[in-house]
Amino acid sequence: MDGINALLEGFGTALTPVNLLYAFLGVLLGTAIGVLPGIGPAMTIALLLPLTFSLEPTQAFIMFAGIYYGGMYGGSTTSILLNTPGESASVITAIEGNLMAKRGRGAAALATAAIGSFVAGTIGTLGLALLAPQIVKVAVQLGSPDYFAIMMLAFIAVTTVLGSSKIRGLASLGIGLLIGTIGIDPTSGQQRLTLGIPELADGIDVVVVAVGLFAVGEALWVAAHLRRQPVEVIKVKSARMSRDDWRRSWLPWLRGTAIGFPFGAIPAGGAEIPTFLSYATEKKLARHPEDFGKGAIEGVAGPEATNNASAAGGLVPLLTLGIPTTATAAVMLGAFQGFGIQPGPRLLDQQSDLVWALIASLFIGNVILLALNLPLAGMWARLLHIPRPYLYAGILFFASIGAYAANTSTFDLWLLLVIGLLGFFMRRFGLPIVPAIIGIILGPVAEEQLRRALQISNGELSGLYDTWFSKAVYAVALVLLVAPAVIDRVRARRGEPALAHSHANQEGE
Amino acid sequence: MPIVVGFVPTPEGHAALHRAIDEARLRGRRLVVLNASRGDALVDSRYASASDWATVQQTLADSGVEHEVSQAVEARDPADQLLRVAQQTNAELIVIGLRRRTPVGKLIMGSSAQTVLLEADCPVLAVKAAP
Repeated sequence: MDGINALLEGFGTALTPVNLLYAFLGVLLGTAIGVLPGIGPAMTIALLLPLTFSLEPTQAFIMFAGIYYGGMYGGSTTSILLNTPGESASVITAIEGNLMAKRGRGAAALATAAIGSFVAGTIGTLGLALLAPQIVKVAVQLGSPDYFAIMMLAFIAVTTVLGSSKIRGLASLGIGLLIGTIGIDPTSGQQRLTLGIPELADGIDVVVVAVGLFAVGEALWVAAHLRRQPVEVIKVKSARMSRDDWRRSWLPWLRGTAIGFPFGAIPAGGAEIPTFLSYATEKKLARHPEDFGKGAIEGVAGPEATNNASAAGGLVPLLTLGIPTTATAAVMLGAFQGFGIQPGPRLLDQQSDLVWALIASLFIGNVILLALNLPLAGMWARLLHIPRPYLYAGILFFASIGAYAANTSTFDLWLLLVIGLLGFFMRRFGLPIVPAIIGIILGPVAEEQLRRALQISNGELSGLYDTWFSKAVYAVALVLLVAPAVIDRVRARRGEPALAHSHANQEGE
Repeated sequence: MPIVVGFVPTPEGHAALHRAIDEARLRGRRLVVLNASRGDALVDSRYASASDWATVQQTLADSGVEHEVSQAVEARDPADQLLRVAQQTNAELIVIGLRRRTPVGKLIMGSSAQTVLLEADCPVLAVKAAP
C-alpha cells in the first residue's frame, strides 16, 4: 500500500496555496479551451511550455494536469449546447446531448456530463494511483527491445485506430518521424537533414514544432475559413438533474469508466473508440432504447464518463513508461524533457514528489471542475461569442513569443512559420496532426532504443523480438492492424454499417 | 424608396420591426428587413435563428406590407451592411432598435446604432423596446 501513502504525501504537496492556485488556473484555462472548438489542451500546453520553464516543474505539471482534465469537461459543454464538439472525444456526446438540449433537457445533459466526468475522473485517477507502481515494477525489468516494441505499438495504434484513413495516418507519422530525426545523431555524432544550417544541428525544439503544428496551423486554417454562418446556441443557465436522471445515469457512468480506463491505459490511445463503444453498449442495455435518437441521458452519461476515464488511463503509460498515447500526453512528455526530467520507469522513483503531487492534483482538479461546471455551464458557453480574429491573434502572439523564448533566436520564428504552413496543408489534405506530434516526440526515443537493442544483439534483427514481452506486444499490434478490417468485413456480410470512424481532421484528444 | 430595418432577435429588434411595418403602411412603401452578422464568432446572438427568422417572415406576411428579407454574413460590421443596403436601395428611412448601453460597454465594443445614426444619408428612426 505504498501507493496510498505516497498519494497522501502528494496531497500534502498539492494542497499548498500556491499549488492550489496553479491547479485552479489550469482547470479554468482547460475548461475555457475545451469549450472553444479547434483549440485543445495539447495546443494550450504547448503554448504555455516556454512560459512555465521559469516555474517549479511540480507547479507547471499541476497546471498542465488541470488543463488536460479541464479540456474534457469543457468539450462536453460545447457538444451539448451547440452540436459542434469542442474536442474529438466529445463527438459521441454531441449525438444525444444536443438532442436533449433541443428538447429542453440541456440542464440535465450538462449535469450528467459533469457529474459523470467527475465520477469517472476520480475512479480513473484512483486506478492510475494504484496501477502505476505495479506497472513500474514490471517496467524496470524491460529491456530496449521491449520498449521499442511498445513504441511501435503506440505508433501503429495512433496511425491506424485514430482518424478515418490509415494511409493519411501513416503519412502524418512519417512527417513526424522525419522532423524528429533532424539534428545531430546521438550515437554517431553525424549531422542528419540539417541542410548545412547550423541552427538545425541541435534539432528542432519540441515547443516550436508543437506550437507550429497546432497553434499556427490551426490559426491559418481558421483564417482561411473565417466567415461562417453563426451557430445557434441553446440557452441553459446551470446544470441540474432530477432523481430519475440520477437513476438512469449512475450505471452508464460506471460502465463508461470501466470501458474508458483500460483503453486509455494501453498504448492504443485516443478516446474516440471507447466513447463509441460506450455509446453502443448503453444503447444495447438501455431500458428505453427507443429514447436513443431522441435524446437519451444514457447516451450522454456513458461516453462522457468514458472520455474522462480514458484521459486518466492515458496518464498511466506516460508516467510509468514515458510513452504518450494522445497528443496532450505527447506534449507533456516534451515538457518533461524540457525540464530535464527523464520520463520512463524510473520517473516514479526519481521524481516521486512530482508524480504524486501531479496525481493528487488530478483529484483536486476534478473537484474544482465539478464546482466550476455545475453552476456555471451556461456562462462558459458565452466564450463562444468571442470573435475568432481576436482569439487567434492572441494565440499567434503567444505562439511567436513562445517559439522565440525557447532559444531566443529569430531562426525559430521562421521555423515556426514553416511548420505552421505544414500544419495548414496537413489540415487542408486531411492528414491528422496527432500521429505527427507523437512521431516527433517519441521518434527519437524509439530510435535510441532501437539502436541500443541492435547494439546488444550485434546487429542481429532477431534481437528486436527475442523476449516474450516484445513478442506479445507485436502480437497485439498485429491484432490492431487486422481486427478493424476483419470486423468491417464481418459486419458488411451481416449487412450492418461499418464502425463509424469520425473526424480525420480534428485536433486530437 | 423603401424603408430599411435592421433586425436583431431582441425586444428592441422586434419593436423596430413593428414600428417599421407601421411606417411602411403609413407611407405606402416597400419594407426591406436585414439581419446581418460578421460571422467571425462561432455564436452570434444577434444573428436570428431559423425559428426567429420564420417568426419575422410570418409577422411580415400577416401585415400585408410589400417586403423583402435578407440574412447576410459578410466581412464588415452589421451597421455598415445596413448602411450599404440603405444606400443601394436609395432608402427613404432606416429603422433600428436602440438599447441601453453602459459608457464602458460602448467604449469597448462600439455601438452599431451610433454608426448608423451618424453615417446614414437618410433619416433614421431609433425605436426603444416597450418597457
